[in-house]
Amino acid sequence: MYGKHLRALSICTAVTFAVALGLVFFYAPIEADQGFVQKIFYVHVPLAIVSLCGFVLGGVLAIVHLRTRDSRWDLRAYVAIHMSLILGVGVLLTGSIWAKASWGHWWVWDEPTLVSFLIVFLLYATYQPLRFSIEDPERQARYASVFAITAGAFVPLNFAAVRMSTGYVHPRVLGDTSNLPGPMALTFVVALGAVALLYATLCTYEMTAKHTRFQLRALRRARSGELSRAGRFGF
Amino acid sequence: MPALPLHEAGKYVAAAYIVVFALVLIYVTIMAIRLSRIERQLSDLLEQSVEPSPEPLEDLGAQESTLV
Repeated sequence: MYGKHLRALSICTAVTFAVALGLVFFYAPIEADQGFVQKIFYVHVPLAIVSLCGFVLGGVLAIVHLRTRDSRWDLRAYVAIHMSLILGVGVLLTGSIWAKASWGHWWVWDEPTLVSFLIVFLLYATYQPLRFSIEDPERQARYASVFAITAGAFVPLNFAAVRMSTGYVHPRVLGDTSNLPGPMALTFVVALGAVALLYATLCTYEMTAKHTRFQLRALRRARSGELSRAGRFGF
Repeated sequence: MPALPLHEAGKYVAAAYIVVFALVLIYVTIMAIRLSRIERQLSDLLEQSVEPSPEPLEDLGAQESTLV
């Protein structure tokens, strides 16, 4: 049962999101350098972190799938990557809006953080076409898992490469939080928690829906078999 | 670039938050459509089990892959 804690999770997400928005607009101070535009940071960066962690999680779940050959792990890996892609769209859109407000351009090609995220996003954008181009379900799951593991290993490597690069135009967040004043750090952590909860809720939602569809399909097949047997034996 | 004035920056901040909200809303709408389809299929199946038809049902799931 995937939907067991869905209600509690949804309520928790909504409450945390409301608290995070309250903190962003009524508690966190306005940043001296960027001004009010810096408020985008509280949605853009948590989305990026959760999205990248989701891609890595997809790889980890794919490893479990290959080890156990249990299709439930494949479903989990698929949903983790699917949700990360949706959040990734949010990261790119909010990032573009922030770039326009801060730098005067919608996109800056010489900024390593932006371009590297786009590369990761485009890499994972090929996951679904790859997956659904294979008809045999077992082969589909196996190939998708191999892809998820390879691409999942690329994400931290890519992240480390960007941090080691010299172009430090993009604001650094992880490993340099001492620069963030207390109220801003608290707001950021709550916003990160809210986005992580949103990710977990949407994943549970998707898995519940998919599981229900599988069950319905199985029920249809069982009933179809029952009726054809009944027809054959003259019931 | 110098910091944008509040009236100018407000548009961008609002746009960023609206984009995220819209994204979640679109996803939830798609899920709601799928859910209503499942509900419809389930009620069809329930009707058929109450009054069993002599002809076998179509195996709709057979042609689909595991995750569609």
